[in-house]
Amino acid sequence: MDTPLIQIENLCKSFDGHEVLSGVSIDIPRGDSIVVIGQSGCGKSVLIKHLIRLLEPDSGRVLFDGEDISRLKTGELTRLRQRFGMLFQSAALFDSLTVAENVGLGLKESRRHSAAEVEDIVSEKLDLVGLSDAADKSPAELSGGMRKRAGLARAIAASPDVLLYDEPTTGLDPVTGDMINQLIVDLREKLSVTSVAVTHDLTSAYRIADRIVMLYNGRVQFAGTPDEIKSSTDPVVKQFISGSATGPIQV
Amino acid sequence: MANGLLELGRHGVSFVRTIGGIFILLGRLIASLKELHRSLGLFVEQLYVLGVRSLPLIVIISIFVGAVSAWQAAYQFKFIGAPLRFLGQAVGKAVVIELAPVLSAIVFAGRVGAGITAEMGTMKVTEQIDALESMGISPVRYLVLPRVLACLFMVPFLVIFANFVAIVGALVVSIIGVQISSETFLYGFRDSFQLSDFVNGLIKAAVFGFIIGLVGCYQGFNTYGGAQGVGRATTASVVISTVLILIFNFVFAVILFRI
Ligand SMILES: Nc1ncnc2c1ncn2[C@@H]1O[C@H](COP(=O)(O)OP(=O)(O)OP(=O)(O)O)[C@@H](O)[C@H]1O
Ligand SMILES: [Mg+2]
Repeated sequence: MDTPLIQIENLCKSFDGHEVLSGVSIDIPRGDSIVVIGQSGCGKSVLIKHLIRLLEPDSGRVLFDGEDISRLKTGELTRLRQRFGMLFQSAALFDSLTVAENVGLGLKESRRHSAAEVEDIVSEKLDLVGLSDAADKSPAELSGGMRKRAGLARAIAASPDVLLYDEPTTGLDPVTGDMINQLIVDLREKLSVTSVAVTHDLTSAYRIADRIVMLYNGRVQFAGTPDEIKSSTDPVVKQFISGSATGPIQV
Repeated sequence: MANGLLELGRHGVSFVRTIGGIFILLGRLIASLKELHRSLGLFVEQLYVLGVRSLPLIVIISIFVGAVSAWQAAYQFKFIGAPLRFLGQAVGKAVVIELAPVLSAIVFAGRVGAGITAEMGTMKVTEQIDALESMGISPVRYLVLPRVLACLFMVPFLVIFANFVAIVGALVVSIIGVQISSETFLYGFRDSFQLSDFVNGLIKAAVFGFIIGLVGCYQGFNTYGGAQGVGRATTASVVISTVLILIFNFVFAVILFRI
């Protein structure tokens, strides 16, 4: 078996003495879809930001294609980041730009496409997320769910090899949510992208995951297929997936 | 006592850290200059947003700065018994060398420096800066470079207007309030005017603009803690720029204007 595309090795990260991740290791094979679940505040967003070095680990490493990304020089890091697309939890749209400009910015700045090509790609991606009508709106005029979808269109605009989704379906109605799930599944099946998604939405997790990783107390509590997690006997996992307030997990 | 010292020490450490951080940003800014051509469009946009829109405010304050300097000079002349026909000389020098560059810069720090920090600080706390980086776009090239350059060019540009308007303000006060003729005032002004003073004033203004842009961006980049954090960073940006402007102004006085 060849080396996984992304290897997270023993990652530790604290903020002001408060340890969020205390030794997380996950292997992400090429073309796989990994979903990370866990309680609110357990460090899922922090974990996903380490994958493109938006945060630096206190100890541990992140390897991409076998190479430690903390060693990359500025230019190499830029090229690495251009192979990723990231949907932020808050969407993080640029509020000085229109929706269409948001989606096209990465393409424009990478200077690999003509203006006309950028325009075509932008309208294609906006169409995919059902936002064609909102192209010329400013992000402030969008609803929360529309912002999420605009963020998704921006993440997939440059046809990245790896997609990072931070809660892609949170705040969406079930129908739109399912449309997004379908889109994520399509991206993997048709374009064989590798993806890491963070979610609370278990329906979505079962739908898009090859493998589910559950974080608990700064560590990996469980890693396995959707079927394995459903039949897990671990009390922490059982409590989390049944959504019950009683059990070992304290809020 | 011990607490007071501790507090002072803490402020000292944070001041040194801020200055260090500003120098690091300066290094990254210089490194980004090789991609200047990619930021020219954004630079032109910032020239308009930051500079041209500040013009009305600069014009208004300059009228009154000129007016009050003529009035106060006349008041002091009376006190020491100096002849009022030298009013043009005194006011002209003061405006061109000190008042227009320093006051324009301080007003610019309050309007534009604060605006830069608030915008970038909001972008920081709403993860827009992370988003830029995630797309492989350097925030230093995309955000900092156009803003700092726009400030660097715009403050001297505004100071040229400020000089002109302040002299007009002083002239009006001289004619109406002090009752010397416009010929006398303008003769005095021309008599004392030196191109080198004017140019040195603009050089100072450029440095002040650079400080405002750099400090504004640095504070924006280092914002944390939501809306409250943005407010804190904005205040710090104006305070630090203003203090640095006045310190550098004194250094310039000693270097450029030999007694
Ligand atoms: N930049 C930061 N500075 C300080 N603390 C931070 C920072 N980012 C995250 N944290 C802390 O790290 C912890 C984990 O945050 P994170 O955003 O990863 O949670 P999460 O698992 O994504 O939660 P949610 O499901 O609610 O999004 C939180 O306690 C948070 O306060
Ligand atoms: Mg999160």
